[in-house]
Amino acid sequence: MTTTTGPHPTRRLILQGAASVALIGLGNLPFAAAHAAANDKYPEEAFKQKSEADAIKALYGRNAEPSDKVKLDAPEIAENGGVVPVSVTTTLDKVTSISFLVAENPFALAASYKIADGTIPGVANRLKMAKSTKLVAIVEADGKLYSATKDVKVTVGGCGG
Amino acid sequence: MASSIRVRANANGDITEVQALIQHPMDTGLVKDSKGELIPAHFIQELKFECNGKDVFVANWGTAVSKDPYVKFSFKGAKKGDELKISWTDNKGASDTTTAKIA
Repeated sequence: MTTTTGPHPTRRLILQGAASVALIGLGNLPFAAAHAAANDKYPEEAFKQKSEADAIKALYGRNAEPSDKVKLDAPEIAENGGVVPVSVTTTLDKVTSISFLVAENPFALAASYKIADGTIPGVANRLKMAKSTKLVAIVEADGKLYSATKDVKVTVGGCGG
Repeated sequence: MASSIRVRANANGDITEVQALIQHPMDTGLVKDSKGELIPAHFIQELKFECNGKDVFVANWGTAVSKDPYVKFSFKGAKKGDELKISWTDNKGASDTTTAKIA
């Protein structure tokens, strides 16, 4: 008996060991993905944050530093808050994402763009602004966050569409 | 139905400039209609531009993007005649796809 069952416990141990390693590996994945802005999932949580600081944290998991290499272009006075042309360009290298945040909006994060390798780091789009607000552009380059801000005066709010 | 996406992609040397205009209400979910009832949120969440099998540009949008959104960007590595595939999905699961030839 002992000779036939002898090898089994060790084999079982090895299998159990392998299984638990696999489980630990799976368990870690969601946490690793939660903060990565470069992953493929829609950042639902970040878009639900009300303040721009919380939104940046939810999207990137760290803070941005102001940089003059990020150029944010927006009108000083927007006549229609429903359609405000906003664009960002940067001279930074290895840009992986660009995000726009409108501080006074009900939800601060407006748009986040993933910039692939070979894509020029610059975006132009149109955003809604509920009232006069601080506008923040975040550029993620080489793993670091850089920001530019601009104040926009809105004469008619963007909530009415 | 005509596509909700209008795209213009022009190659100038190595750089292709892309402009896209999409027809979408982009409702925030905060606005009331004439009867005083809230219009539920309805907005595009993801917009993807694909060229030669590679995602060149992906947009994640919230409700603060204007109605009938417009976006402009440029990328390298494509030439005239290449196909650019554009697709979006919104928070209600609707989607649309179109392809454009780079001119």
